[in-house]
Amino acid sequence: MSEAIPYTVDIRPDTGLNNVKLGMWLFLASEVMLFGALFAGYILLRVGSEDWPAGNSILNVPLATLNTIVLITSSVTMVMSWASLLRKSFDKYRLYMGATVLLVVVFLVIKTIEYSAKFDHHLYPSTSTFLAIYFTLTALHGLHVIGGMAVNAYLWGPGAKMWRSAPEQFTNRVEAAGLFWHFVDLVWIFLFPVLYLL
Amino acid sequence: MGENHETTHSEEHHHQELGFWRTYVFSVDHKVIGIQYAVTGLSFLFFGFCLMLLMRWQLAYPGEPFPLIGKLLGDSRMPGGIMLPEFYNQLGAMHGTIMVFLGVVPLAVGGFGNFVLPLQIGAPDMAFPRLNMASYWSYFLGGVVMFLSFFVPGGAAQSGWTSYPPLSVIAESGQTVWLLGMVFLITSSLLGSVNFIVTVIQLRVEGLTFMRLPFFVWSQFVTAFLLLLAFPPLEAAAFMQLMDRVANTSFFMPAGLVVSGQLVEVSGGGSPLLWQHLFWFLAHPEVYVLILPALGIVAEVIANNTRKPLWGYKSMVYSVLFLAFMSFIVWAHHMFLTGMGTVMSAFFQTTTMIISIPSVVIITALLLSLWGGSIRFNTPMLFALAFLPMFGIGGLTGLPLGLAAADIHLHDTYYVIGHFHYVVAPGTIFALFAGIYYWYPKATGRKMSEFLGKLHFWPSLLFMNGIFLPMFIQGLAGVQRRLFDGGVSYAHAEPVLFLNKVMTHSAWGLAIAQLPFVINFFLSLKRGEKVGSNPWQATTIEWLAPSPPPHGNFANVPVAYRTPYEYSVPGQASDYHPQFEPDRRVAGPPDPGEPEAAPATA
Ligand code: HEM
Ligand SMILES: [Cu+2]
Repeated sequence: MSEAIPYTVDIRPDTGLNNVKLGMWLFLASEVMLFGALFAGYILLRVGSEDWPAGNSILNVPLATLNTIVLITSSVTMVMSWASLLRKSFDKYRLYMGATVLLVVVFLVIKTIEYSAKFDHHLYPSTSTFLAIYFTLTALHGLHVIGGMAVNAYLWGPGAKMWRSAPEQFTNRVEAAGLFWHFVDLVWIFLFPVLYLL
Repeated sequence: MGENHETTHSEEHHHQELGFWRTYVFSVDHKVIGIQYAVTGLSFLFFGFCLMLLMRWQLAYPGEPFPLIGKLLGDSRMPGGIMLPEFYNQLGAMHGTIMVFLGVVPLAVGGFGNFVLPLQIGAPDMAFPRLNMASYWSYFLGGVVMFLSFFVPGGAAQSGWTSYPPLSVIAESGQTVWLLGMVFLITSSLLGSVNFIVTVIQLRVEGLTFMRLPFFVWSQFVTAFLLLLAFPPLEAAAFMQLMDRVANTSFFMPAGLVVSGQLVEVSGGGSPLLWQHLFWFLAHPEVYVLILPALGIVAEVIANNTRKPLWGYKSMVYSVLFLAFMSFIVWAHHMFLTGMGTVMSAFFQTTTMIISIPSVVIITALLLSLWGGSIRFNTPMLFALAFLPMFGIGGLTGLPLGLAAADIHLHDTYYVIGHFHYVVAPGTIFALFAGIYYWYPKATGRKMSEFLGKLHFWPSLLFMNGIFLPMFIQGLAGVQRRLFDGGVSYAHAEPVLFLNKVMTHSAWGLAIAQLPFVINFFLSLKRGEKVGSNPWQATTIEWLAPSPPPHGNFANVPVAYRTPYEYSVPGQASDYHPQFEPDRRVAGPPDPGEPEAAPATA
């Protein structure tokens, strides 16, 4: 009877949600606490420090700006892919989801360039507390990006078979993956000014 | 709903075809996972208890060789059978970690929550069965990692369960393994808590509104929120400590730190207090994670065995919600002595006093529930009853710790150890025993022996107090915690040193008192009295399912017709009116032909 678990796809009338969506929101709540704690740590360390460097004196702002644009665009294509499924046009879905995955790859490539430039200049996490928090926050965000990319790639490739067997459930999955993706995007939108600009 | 009937049968076939591995090991059934959690949790409780028995022996006979096992543990731990201070520290840190994260929480939440909660809300399983399995295995891996940490060079973590830097950052490699183990455990509890919350919100059967939920479900629901929101900051802190240890960063390391006469080579600029804030932001809510499921179990057992509705069900529910909320803003009462300033202290002292109110409301409601009941003193009830004063002592002794001025004297003494152990050992652990005796028949179809149960209960109650009551006396006399010699080297400890022997022998007595339980647990699997679906004549929905419940739990999807504890309702045929039974005729004498007419009460 495990397949008979209610509201995996349908919406429960009195809560207005299905299980997957509620689960995703809860997961994101915990993610907020995770990054929130790191940001809180950032504030505490910065307030306690006498010589906190300006982010732009160490970090590469133009590259990060480019990455911000890339990520925001990927969020847009992610929405479009979901919207295409709602309009039942699977080909468009493929296209937009493919674009999302590609944009994520671009983001990661740029990030790698940034990291290796730091290492070339002998700037490591152990160099200063600023660099420690920079590397930790961006690496943790990077792990989320990689996770999101894996899920999106799966939904674009092998996972897309589900569109034929259970289109509604598949659409829900894409929606949930989208929620996660927008969250990852949002974290970056906080990270960028906090680390690079302030 | 008709559809569900049909699938039940085909599913059962399916179930039979799953084979051994998928039925008992990599199962996605919430009951199997619950039992896996419970058995693993009990094993870790036993392991953590053994570590503590070694410690207690050392405290009573410091510097003397250990009889029998002394030689077995090797020269890096006990050269010549005499315990090294480093090994004592490992035992202490791992006792705390194992008891909290690998013992009590997995048993209370993973075990009872998984097994009972879906049944109580009439659900066929958890909302995400595969996530549930992943949660168990992540916990299991975390346990394996923690266990193996004893065997890395330098041994297991030595910095206490709190892992305060800078000591933890400069500690041996066991600390890194500890942090990795914590990441697995945190992942596990994250997966579990999402699952619990979704299950409660989405899978309640028709008619089971929030105010009709059994109190146990409420307690698990709120606990899940605490786990969901409090653990991630510790995860963040664990990452940072890992970075400090592995990548040589300075999140928690101040500049100019001198260790053993040598300057530590770090960039500096970090704050050891940051760790304490992040740690206690988790660990105070964690205290409620340890206690709320216990309160839930006790509430169920008390309602059932007083044959009365819980007194003040609604105020209990609101209290739990308020308590959960407040538990996020009391954490720095663990840090009064860090020099964080009087304004901060005043704030956290105030919130701490406020949070004691809902706890008192809940305990008072449970006490008042006893009033005028026709109490059945069976084993689950004895443990539940003992929980009340034991938890009461634990709670009341906490108040002086919450007041900054009094805490200056009491902080880091055995008084603290006594205080929180009253909460978690004769408190929570007793409640967990109550739960095991109470739901064992549901899980196995057989009752545990009452005689052995009582043989387990009375000595346990005695020895628990023999261990923990003297701790208050030692603490008030100023004996510090985490001393590997039990205070022998301090003159002010001299008058209370004899208590170390009292406590140690009580601890070994407690160990022996668990034998009837172990025998009972295994023997009853084969020999226990066979029971039907509702042996305690209880009212909540789990007692509708067969004992043990099949895959999918209920033959027909149940409906909740009423509030959870309709015991001894005037004018009813029997003294209990289950949630899952439709209304009987209200007026007139009971219909003798009615199938659910009362079985004769013993
Ligand atoms: C029932 C038997 C138990 C006994 C006899 C016992 C005994 C002790 C003792 C003597 C210490 C102090 C060690 C020291 O300061 O040097 C201690 C510490 C501790 N215990 Fe227990 N304990 C028991 C059960 C539990 C349970 C059930 C939990 C948690 C749920 C627990 C959690 C802790 C923690 C967190 C510490 C602090 C470790 C540290 O200093 O970092 N204990 N225990
Ligand atoms: Cu606390």
